[in-house]
Amino acid sequence: MIKLDNVKKSFGDNHVLRGMDLEIPKGSSMVIIGGSGTGKSVALKCVLGLITPDSGTITVDGQDARKGDRDAFLAKFGMLFQGGALFDSLTVWQNVAFRLLRGSLKRPTEEAREIAIEKLRRVGLKADVADRLPAELSGGMQKRVGLARAIAAEPEIIFFDEPTTGLDPIMSGVINDLIREIVVEMGATAMTITHDMSSVRAIADNVAMLHNGVIQWTGPVADMDASGDPHLDQFIHGRAEGPIEAVR
Amino acid sequence: MNPVLLLGQLGRAVLTVMAAFGRVAIFALDALSHMLRPPFYPREFGVALLNIGWLSLPVVGLTAIFTGGALALQIYAGGARFNAEAVVPQIVAIGMVRELGPVLVGLMIAARVTSSIAAEIATMKVTEQIDALVTLSTHPMKYLVAPRVLAALLTVPALVAIGDIIGIAGGYTVAVQNLGFNSAAYLRNTVDFLEMRDIVSSLVKGAAFGTIAAIMGCYYGMNSGRGAQGVGRATKGSVEAAAVLILAANFVLTGVFFSL
Repeated sequence: MIKLDNVKKSFGDNHVLRGMDLEIPKGSSMVIIGGSGTGKSVALKCVLGLITPDSGTITVDGQDARKGDRDAFLAKFGMLFQGGALFDSLTVWQNVAFRLLRGSLKRPTEEAREIAIEKLRRVGLKADVADRLPAELSGGMQKRVGLARAIAAEPEIIFFDEPTTGLDPIMSGVINDLIREIVVEMGATAMTITHDMSSVRAIADNVAMLHNGVIQWTGPVADMDASGDPHLDQFIHGRAEGPIEAVR
Repeated sequence: MNPVLLLGQLGRAVLTVMAAFGRVAIFALDALSHMLRPPFYPREFGVALLNIGWLSLPVVGLTAIFTGGALALQIYAGGARFNAEAVVPQIVAIGMVRELGPVLVGLMIAARVTSSIAAEIATMKVTEQIDALVTLSTHPMKYLVAPRVLAALLTVPALVAIGDIIGIAGGYTVAVQNLGFNSAAYLRNTVDFLEMRDIVSSLVKGAAFGTIAAIMGCYYGMNSGRGAQGVGRATKGSVEAAAVLILAANFVLTGVFFSL
């Protein structure tokens, strides 16, 4: 279980997280929604330790995220970044097998390459992309390579940062289905941040809406449409009028 | 203007500069400590050796040969004013080995390598590749910074040595071909005049300038702002800082080697 308790983070005068509380049960898929600049990415990076919160506690399976063996902690996670964040200087298979080529999970090169190609197949890419450089791939293919990298070491927890941003609706659907299939297949805990309501409905078991630095509403995805929360209603229906200011 | 306000502004400026020096010093110590502690990344080190050392050879060679040739012409013309044309081999040798070789190679490395390191790492930061490294249990200081700094520390002295030799060869070619110097006498005067201290100072300067160039590239890259403008600022700032620090370090090292 991932638990955020009264997490606060400010950048100068910009108070991004103002006491965020959230629980993500083990093996479930939580999608965090909210407007641009509401701190969704900050929350995710706080869990990973990429950003240090000003106060509050974050625990993963009862262990404080800021204490203990950092490598062992990070080995539990896979992450799909918004832009893919593939390493330009490495080939596709070396990107996918990055964790398997070094560190505590190191495998022989041939074995790591085979695992990388198998993971590429799992996300619908043929083996012939393995030796290409990321710059030679389309945006959708880069996202799939990023997804293959996120699952290469079979992590217990997978984070998805805006997985469908910049993709056409068909490719978005493909990525959403892949994420759902992989999360179910691996039994992983998933945390996704997105604005894309089709992603929310395809990926989520539970939904949390972040607004003004706190969780405005959280509950099962099936309850989302009948929540009665005016902020959530405005967001999921994409209305300009409502309690959330259109110009922020 | 109110002298108290002026003093306040001056104080703030001094504090800002000192804080910047402090941040760079902490970064440099961190980088050096990561060079000594495993894990090590031999592939990244090999790529850095190739980029910083081997691929800098053409620009270093061309810079040195033209500088050596021009130096011979200048010394000959200047020396002629007081019948001292014969000192061309000695002054070319001492000028190249003690000063021009290390400084010009250092500045060329600042232009070529510092800018490239800063732009590459800044782009990685902007595109979240550095965050991705962390999530993949890889320390960016070990994977990105330590191999580049170690490669620069080792290859730039070699580049300086090569630059010194090519610069002296440039002076020799101009002196023998254009100024009527005897080839054997020129070489003998060059070898006899140089001392071990000259060569050691040249190599130590090379190591210091290489380290400065790599650390400034890495520091500005790792601390770049967002977007294309952030990458541009990091690149420009890294080259400016590296060039100024190389010239300042040259002054200090010249003092250490030749004034004491």
